[in-house]
Amino acid sequence: MDQIKNELTHKSKASKQDVRGRTIAFICIAVIMLVVLSILFMITSRGLSTFIQDKVPVSDFFTKTVWNPSAVDANGHYLVGALPMIVGSFSVTILAALLATPFAIATAVFMTEISPKRGQRILQPVIELLVGIPSVVYGFIGLTVVVPLTRQLFGGTGFGILSGTFVLFVMVLPTITSMYIDSLKSVPRFYREASLALGATRWQTISRVVIRASVPGLLTAIVFGMARAFGEALAVQMVIGNAALLPHNLLSPASTLTSVLTTGIGNTVMGTLPNNALWTLALILLVMSLLFNLLTRYIGRKGGLK
Amino acid sequence: MENVITAENMRLYYGEKEALHGINLAFPKNQITALLGPSGSGKSTFLRSLNRMNDLIPDVTITGSVKFEGQDIYSPKMDVVNLRKRVGMVFQQPNPFPFSVYDNVIYGLKLEGVKDKKLLDQRVEESLKQAAVWDETKDHLKESALSFSGGQQQRICIARVLAVQPDMILMDEPTSALDPVSSSKIEDTMLELKNDYTVAIVTHNMQQAARISDYSAFFLNGDLIETEATQQMFVNPVQEQTSDFLNGKFG
Repeated sequence: MDQIKNELTHKSKASKQDVRGRTIAFICIAVIMLVVLSILFMITSRGLSTFIQDKVPVSDFFTKTVWNPSAVDANGHYLVGALPMIVGSFSVTILAALLATPFAIATAVFMTEISPKRGQRILQPVIELLVGIPSVVYGFIGLTVVVPLTRQLFGGTGFGILSGTFVLFVMVLPTITSMYIDSLKSVPRFYREASLALGATRWQTISRVVIRASVPGLLTAIVFGMARAFGEALAVQMVIGNAALLPHNLLSPASTLTSVLTTGIGNTVMGTLPNNALWTLALILLVMSLLFNLLTRYIGRKGGLK
Repeated sequence: MENVITAENMRLYYGEKEALHGINLAFPKNQITALLGPSGSGKSTFLRSLNRMNDLIPDVTITGSVKFEGQDIYSPKMDVVNLRKRVGMVFQQPNPFPFSVYDNVIYGLKLEGVKDKKLLDQRVEESLKQAAVWDETKDHLKESALSFSGGQQQRICIARVLAVQPDMILMDEPTSALDPVSSSKIEDTMLELKNDYTVAIVTHNMQQAARISDYSAFFLNGDLIETEATQQMFVNPVQEQTSDFLNGKFG
């Protein structure tokens, strides 16, 4: 009796291990949380100090078009109009997504519906390879191929939003495609059967049922692609021309939030306005990625309800 | 009596393996024929070969003949798309598309290029009424078909088949995923449909076959053991295996 009582009231080896495992997991999570929260705090506090410490009006920051943080205008206001970069970032992102979407749909449909075997064997590795190429390589190819080509075909210097769009198109294509493939694969087989049994051809089944049923997945894929395009720095910086001017057409040199950050970060002094202004750009990037994240969740929830 | 589909010495192979061993069976017009048998007896496989849904499975070969309105459906000249428009199918799991009820029902008509809104509206109402689901759906036609219960979804699927006005409807255990109340509603629907359509139904449920079918065919291990008027078969089966199955000795 005593022995059984003793065994029941004392922690067994297994439950001790259980506690130990849980403690280790909690510590790891706590470290990650700490890192994430401090990053958020740092970017937010630095980013906001442009407005709080240096008294730059928020409206000026988002609507003025002259970006020269180390100088002041005739009235003594800092020249920190971020509109050109915001416009640049959004236009390359949206254009690249628009351009890539039809190609991504076609590739994904081919790989899942039309020729799954060849798709798996040939296209899958190609797409994985495209994801794995470092962005500096894309930028380099952009610089030596896309920029001269744009210059010859459309005129101008070749540096500009159009070249940035082309480079980003290649970079987001595999992201959108592989995510959309997953979404197509999750369309239940019985939708296809039901459609075929009603006398639909294979193409009618793909276009009217499979693609339609996977629209939420497609939107999520596009948003992910846009998030990648929005955050891409190096490749875009190499081909966009890096002129912090409001672009008046697709061929004029422009800049994005990320390209201004990467070119400017080494030339400013901590705590001064030029540095703080860059932190504000980083804050915008952070907020945007948060928004993209929320958007995919929203689409996922709406799509899930259907 | 006129037969809509006639299978003669029909054999089906999965690769090398023969799964159906020479089936001879005819489906009389405007009658319900039940295909009975234990799991793996080949009854669903047989049903799915009547509108060539087995084409979707690789490595299936079929010999013998299956004639629909006198035409061999496995002849190279046969247009599968047109065949499936005339021989509709209802599946075991309710499988409405994730669209609105209205869009589900008009799917087949849209495939044929029907654009006339009035005709579409009229067919939607007719079909949903025939499938006995009009009262529940008439105020929610624009809502997703997936927001309805399993039994309602299955009747929407039946309406979807009826909308294209096929000659024959194949039902692959249409009530096995449903509760008894929904099942009995679908059985009532089938009895109504008999006036305009020829129905073949695969079922596990012998009582269901007894309640609704005019003819019964008993499958076992890929053979058609016996086919008879349903009353005849249930009261006085000819083959011992049929009798054993009906008495619950196996299956």
